[in-house]
This record gives sequence, C-alpha cells and structure tokens, in this order.
Amino acid sequence: MKVTIDGQEIHVEPGTTILQAARMIGGESVPPAMCYYSKLQGSGGKCRCCLVEVTKGSDANPTPMPKLVASCVTGVMDGMEVNSKNSARVEEARKSVTEFLLINHPLDCPICDQAGECDLQNLSFQHGKSETRFIEEKRTFEPEDIGPNIQLHMNRCILCQRCVLAADQLTDGRVHGVISRGDHAQISTCLSKAIDNEFSGNVIDVCPVGALTDKTFRFKSRVWFNKPYNAHRNCDKCCGKTTVWMFGDEIQRVTARKDEFHEVEEFICNTCRFEKKDVSDWVIEGPRRFEKFSVINRNKYALHPPKVEIRTEKHILEGREQDQKRISMVEVPEKTNGNSNS
Amino acid sequence: MSLDTISLSGKKKEVSNKKMTFWESLYLVAIFKGLMITIRHLFQRKVTIKYPEEKRPLSPVYRGQHMLKRDELGRENCTACGMCAVACPAEAITMKAAERKPGEELLYREEKYAEIYEINMLRCIFCGLCEEACPKDAIYLTETKVMVPSASKREDFIFGKDKLVMPLTEAMKNRQNQLS
Repeated sequence: MKVTIDGQEIHVEPGTTILQAARMIGGESVPPAMCYYSKLQGSGGKCRCCLVEVTKGSDANPTPMPKLVASCVTGVMDGMEVNSKNSARVEEARKSVTEFLLINHPLDCPICDQAGECDLQNLSFQHGKSETRFIEEKRTFEPEDIGPNIQLHMNRCILCQRCVLAADQLTDGRVHGVISRGDHAQISTCLSKAIDNEFSGNVIDVCPVGALTDKTFRFKSRVWFNKPYNAHRNCDKCCGKTTVWMFGDEIQRVTARKDEFHEVEEFICNTCRFEKKDVSDWVIEGPRRFEKFSVINRNKYALHPPKVEIRTEKHILEGREQDQKRISMVEVPEKTNGNSNS
Repeated sequence: MSLDTISLSGKKKEVSNKKMTFWESLYLVAIFKGLMITIRHLFQRKVTIKYPEEKRPLSPVYRGQHMLKRDELGRENCTACGMCAVACPAEAITMKAAERKPGEELLYREEKYAEIYEINMLRCIFCGLCEEACPKDAIYLTETKVMVPSASKREDFIFGKDKLVMPLTEAMKNRQNQLS
C-alpha cells in the first residue's frame, strides 16, 4: 500500500496505522504521541496529540476526510495522502491539545524527576503557549503510597492509561487501574495493594510524564547530570539489557533502553531496575547515544560553533594560488599526462 | 615612498651619531624638559582613588557575589532543579537535592530543596546566566553588591550554602518593607 505523508512516499503493509507509517519515514513529520505505545496492545486514541489531516482518503475514494484523524488508530489506505507537519490545521489542533493536557498538569518541572525526558515537556516546548488561560483551580489528589519502589504523583497524571495496559499485559495479576470517572478519574492500586509483581517497574518507563517515577532515584539527581551507558547482566527473569545512568562511578538509576520515540526496546524486571545499583553487577558496554538536541547534551560543548567567515578573508586570499605558483614553482615544469620527457 | 621613510605611528625619529655640543653634554636643558612633565602632572586631576576607604559607585546592573534568596516568609526559594548548573558556562555550580521532611515547611518552600549548593568562585565568570535560568527566582547576583573577598586558600573560594543563602534578618526586613 502506498501512502504519502508530507509529500514523502512509502510502501507499507496493509493494517499499519498512519503513525507507524510516519515513524518508518522518520524525521519531523512523525506526529507526537502521548498515549500510543507500540509495545502495548490497545493503546492509543486517547490523548489526541497525534492528529493529522488526511487530504486524500484513498485511490478508490479520493475525498479528503472532513475532520482531523488520530493517526495512531487510523489504518492506511492505498494511495492515501496525509499532511502532518505541513498542515496549519494540524498545528493549531496540536496547540489546543497541548493546552488541554496542561490544564490539570502542575507546573512543577523543577521538582519533577522526569524533567528532561518528559514527553509532555517536549510537546509543550514544541507546540505549547508560554502563558495560561486557565483561571480555575487545578485538580489535586491526596498523595498515595503505592509501594517502596514506585512513586505515584497523581497530580501530574494525564490519564493516558499506558501504565494500566502495561500492568495488565506484562504482569499476571492486575493490581492497578483507573478508578472513578471524569475529572475525578485517577490511577490507583486496587485496595491500595502494593505492586509486588516482578515486572511492575516498567510502568515507570511507560509513563510519558512524571506521574510514576522511580522511588530509589527520587530527588537523587537530574537527568542531565547523569551519563547513560548501555549495560547488561545475566538475568533469569528478563533480557537483562538496560541503560544505567551514572554519576561518576555510581549507578544512580537503571532503566530499560528506549528508542528514538521514547519507547522501551525490551521490558526489564524489578530486580534489575531497583536492586542492582552496584557497578560490579553490570557489564558496561559503552556510552549510550542520545539525541543531538537532548538536554543530556547541554553544556557538554558537543555542539560545534559555526565557522565564522570574515568579510575580507575572501578578498585577501584572492589570487593566492597563482602567486604561490609564480613564486615557488618556476623551476618545476608542469606535469603532463603520458611521457613527460618528450 | 620607500620603507625607510614611512612612519605608520607618526613617531618615527631619525637617530644619528653626531657629536654633542658643550651645552648638550651638560644635559641641563634635557633634565629641565623632563622635570616639566613631572611638575605638570602634579597639578592634574588624579585618576586613582584610595580603594578600601573610598569606593567607586557600582552600576545598577553590576553582578557581584551570588545570593540564594528567601521569600518573605523566610523559606528558601531554591529547589535544586539544576537549571543554573546546566546554564553555567564555567561549570562552577554543583548541588545535591534532598526531600523536605514534615515540619520543615517554613524552611524550604518546595517539596525538594538543595541540601548542598556550592559555587566555585574561582571558576565563576559572573556572567549572570544562572540568574537568568532560575525558574524559582532563587539565585541573584545583583542584589548583594558584595564583591567576593580575597583569600589565600583555594578551598576558601568554594562557597557553600552558609555563605550564599540570604540571611534571615534580611528576609525579615523584606517582610517588614512589604507590610509597611
């Protein structure tokens, strides 16, 4: 099936969604996604961040779709044409969605441990306004303790339900979900039962905001002060391939490896994540690559300054080559192809 | 024009080895000429000041020693978010965060606070980027009008929270100013 996104053509299998096709192309036309997670079944369609404009439905029926569609749950059709970055409507819609998501999100990035790798922070940096129009009080919840390893900040939650799906699909006994409705809806463990499942720590990686964070890393450091390294160990429960975040010789945090769309490559177990904080536990493979404009890159002098061209430089160097030839190369005969003696 | 006669600075003088006359060899005229310059300077306006007693007025945007501010209730503004450290081009700032315990609400404004906050004054270039980056209005270079004092040991230039945090008396004064 042929699909065109922002003028870039790609052939995909039937059944792929527009978002997946855009991710195959990559680059700037990939719509942002807060709730969709390719590793979790049934995710997507909740946050409306990934809205795109379909300007041509398919080859069979070329009428454009009247409304913007959520690209994470819309399948591609043969000959479909999609505008993501190029469309002003989409840009406007993303701005509005960002504003809606930020209505109840507290402005506590300086305290939040997720700052620096937060999807909502990136989204509002790209599409957000710098001022607020919301004058009502933000919704708040009583702080709730959900176990020794995971910290739940319900105030920061955007109800993407990724963690609910992750807990549902990775662990056998479902212990946490969404309770109450509407404005009062919140993520909570059933009967405040502590999460003691072996893969429950993955809800931290899956969370796009700082609602679920690592309690063993709480306030220890900021993301950009740590250096990420790829590491692995022999683990009988999971693949054992992780990213360790080091400060000097100290492992401060262990997370799963995340790809360019901030989705984990392979889920890891709680033993690897919370208990193995010693360098001797791990085989460190080497520094992990991070995005060029990531905050981890800040202040590392990695950005090479642009070359400054002095206005007169060109003028001064004019005719230099001829001069050099004239001064030093008088005696040397010019080399010609073939026999130089003749 | 040949190279020998060009004077780019306009002060080029020809030197010669000619024999001095009797008056010239006494140097009286030359000494008097030189002394005239000295005497003229005695009556000119002085460009120096007696520094520790006299001080020049500072410009309003002068950047001096840093201050970690307290709000009007005397609570520390800093939450150890690390923005100043990442903005610092000289990498002079280090910090360690800690969680506020119950009962410390009047000491620290937010849930998290800086347990250790150090600025290496030997590294600091007083550019003021930390002040610009701070989201909590915590660090200021312009308020104190204090210059970093001299010391003889390198360790004395690493300023901790004891030297940087605004004294409580000043916070109280701010509070009183606000009320009146």
